[in-house]
Amino acid sequence: MEPRITDRKFSKVSRRELLKLSPVVVLGAFAIPKLQDKLLATGLRFSDWASAAMFRRGHLAPTFADARLTPFDRFPINDYDVDDPGIDLDKWTLTVGGAVQKPGAYTLAKVQALPRFRQNTRHVCVEGWDVIGRFGGARLSDFLKLIGADLTARFVTVQCADDYYESLDMPTALHPQTLLCYEMYDQPLTAGHGAPLRLNIPTKIGYKQAKWLTDLKVTHVLDREGYWEDQGYSSFYGL
Amino acid sequence: MPETFTEIESAKTGALTPAAYEHPWPVRFCHWLNAISLFVMVGSGLQIFRAFPSFGAKIPQKDLVNWPKSLALGGWLGGALQWHLTFMWIYIGTGFFYLAYEIVTRNYRQVLLLPRDLRGVWPMARHYFFFGPKPPLTEAYNPLQKLAYTSAIVLGGLSVLTGFAIWKPVQFAWLAWLMGGFHLARVWHFAVMWAILFFLFGHLVMVVLHGWNNFVSMLTGWKKDPDYAPH
Repeated sequence: MEPRITDRKFSKVSRRELLKLSPVVVLGAFAIPKLQDKLLATGLRFSDWASAAMFRRGHLAPTFADARLTPFDRFPINDYDVDDPGIDLDKWTLTVGGAVQKPGAYTLAKVQALPRFRQNTRHVCVEGWDVIGRFGGARLSDFLKLIGADLTARFVTVQCADDYYESLDMPTALHPQTLLCYEMYDQPLTAGHGAPLRLNIPTKIGYKQAKWLTDLKVTHVLDREGYWEDQGYSSFYGL
Repeated sequence: MPETFTEIESAKTGALTPAAYEHPWPVRFCHWLNAISLFVMVGSGLQIFRAFPSFGAKIPQKDLVNWPKSLALGGWLGGALQWHLTFMWIYIGTGFFYLAYEIVTRNYRQVLLLPRDLRGVWPMARHYFFFGPKPPLTEAYNPLQKLAYTSAIVLGGLSVLTGFAIWKPVQFAWLAWLMGGFHLARVWHFAVMWAILFFLFGHLVMVVLHGWNNFVSMLTGWKKDPDYAPH
């Protein structure tokens, strides 16, 4: 800049400098109702893509000493509809289908015959609260091998007795801490916590850890993502 | 120092007005981008907070405050999360671009509080808050300003780190651990937001007090009649 300029030239320079900021206006697209939903859906998809990229297959969620457990009666019972969908535990089976070699109905005994793992892990709710619980069950990865699942498939989906449904990416399904959970605090699951079988996934947010499982499917494509996901929540939500 | 000076000559009167080029366009660009994303992050963050307005246990739940929905963005938890998880990338991207620019161009010399500035912080604070004498000004930012802006940059970094600790407490378990665990990290994230809002409040008060020429400098880069101009 010259040591001295006319006020007309200064105005011109100022205008040009101001125009350099004009790309900021692009963000105004978020204020346009028609575009807003699409832009936010794109942002969420990008976030999910980044989440999946950050997920490390062998990386374990922190585990805690028994002394740090949230007392069982203070472990919240969260559901979207009913506290007890009224499953007949004697007749219950898990219906397995999709890209598996051995589809069919699996009894709880079949799941319990697999090696049992117990873990004290943190359960994080999307609302913001968290508790540390003790969970026990079979590794989902062991069960997927039992049913001869195509492990190159992209998703495992579950259907629940209360109409809830969820989907899980295969890397998370194969994670060593992802359990088909039939125990909490060393006791069989109670009705409120998803008896007889629920998911326990310490690397995922709470709403992905469906309760009262009735169906499990291995699939390459999703026709729907999950009860909350289909209303706009993050699909991957890995912790 | 990074500023360049000129004198504006009035065509009518021939009067000379000094002017300083204070803010290169990438700085101004980041400033306004960040103003927007900060607004969205705070608004949606408060809506997310509404889903569980407490830092205690879920059972029994004791709400800290019932934050009004009218002062939040997103309408519901899912909507607020969409805003938050979208704009956080803009917020982070702006931050990285700004820091890289400041370092590469050495423009940080205008902003960063250095040990030699520390002596000047108190006289400036005394001037602003206790009617003390105005210390002589020699550069674009006085020591108290440098302290404020440097703090704001640090708070911006902390907002991202605490955010990642609660968004990814498994993948970034070490971050959550540094903050005293997931549960406390959520408290920190909230506290950092209020610290940023505190800065913002002071910032806006100063913008009003310092008038039009100062405000325009964040739009055009040029500040007419700067109080530190060489005479």
